[in-house]
Amino acid sequence: MDFPVHNSGPLAMVIAGFFFGYFLEVSGLGSPRKLTAQFTLRDWSVFKVMFTAIVVAAAGLWLLSALGWLHFDQLKIQTTFFWAMALGGALLGAGMAIGGYCPGTSVVGLFSGRLDAVIFMVGMMLGATVFAINFDGIKGLYLAAEGPKSQTLSVLTGLPAWLIIVLLAALAVAGFRWGAKFESRRGGVISAKELSE
Amino acid sequence: MKNTEPKNFWHPLAAGAGLGLALIGMFLLTGHGLGANGFFVRLVVWLGDTINPLWTEANAFLKTYLAKGHPVSDWVSWEIVGVALGALVGSVTARRFQLKFERGSGIGIGMRSALALGGGVLTGFGAQLARGCTSGLGLSGGATLAVAAFIFLGTFFAAGLLLSAFIRRVW
Repeated sequence: MDFPVHNSGPLAMVIAGFFFGYFLEVSGLGSPRKLTAQFTLRDWSVFKVMFTAIVVAAAGLWLLSALGWLHFDQLKIQTTFFWAMALGGALLGAGMAIGGYCPGTSVVGLFSGRLDAVIFMVGMMLGATVFAINFDGIKGLYLAAEGPKSQTLSVLTGLPAWLIIVLLAALAVAGFRWGAKFESRRGGVISAKELSE
Repeated sequence: MKNTEPKNFWHPLAAGAGLGLALIGMFLLTGHGLGANGFFVRLVVWLGDTINPLWTEANAFLKTYLAKGHPVSDWVSWEIVGVALGALVGSVTARRFQLKFERGSGIGIGMRSALALGGGVLTGFGAQLARGCTSGLGLSGGATLAVAAFIFLGTFFAAGLLLSAFIRRVW
């Protein structure tokens, strides 16, 4: 086997996207009430779903490349631009707290019947336009503090990737336990029934 | 009697594991992960090129996307079609599909609209600055153990937590 395939065509993208949308919907992450309840610590679904997905995918990619079936060095690994990414992350956190979605979950929200997601999408396109208009002024920040090309946690710390993945899994388990305590104290996880009322 | 109650959501660990497998599939198929922000940028570029091509072609940020052609030729547009279908199938089959304006009990539709728009603007700006969104950079980058993804996720959660008092009031 010789992965990754680089261009798999539109149908493969629709199928991959289908599962992406499906798993976000069935976990409740199309709901802005559920998404924002992560930040009040009432409902830890965002953390649980994301962290589980990251650990499962990281372990799978590691295993496939250890078996020699996947060329890990051909995968897209983002290069750090510290300030742009730190500030951008904060803006998306604030955007979710205020607007109720992120780009992917807004699509899931709309296609599970939530019309407020359309307004969020219009907002995103305005925000991207504002960015583009002011790009010359932002460029310094956009390019500041560039890290080593495609740096991973493994390269940064000198630890083997499998150990990083084990540590992330341990961190996830600790987070799940800690989260469960908050969830029971703050009214509990938001159910589909509660959202339909 | 027909059961009209919505089925509850999956256990987050089961859904998260499924999402992780879908993400592996995407990496195998393309060499990159799942995304969403890119689709909205492509829409902006396409609209810009339709309404004001001279300005769009002159814009240093947008012109790099313009070189990639029509949105239909981009993988992310097809992936988003899939996301929409997946969400539709998931919500309809579990009786969770419900046309509504989701908002907190304390605010009206006008306020919810203003907040959705404002939050969207911050998100659209922030995702261009970070070169990716929660899925494209946070989730997909995280799966490759990219340092960039963990910087992004750290400030994403920190900013959300800082706004928790605000969230309690409006959600």
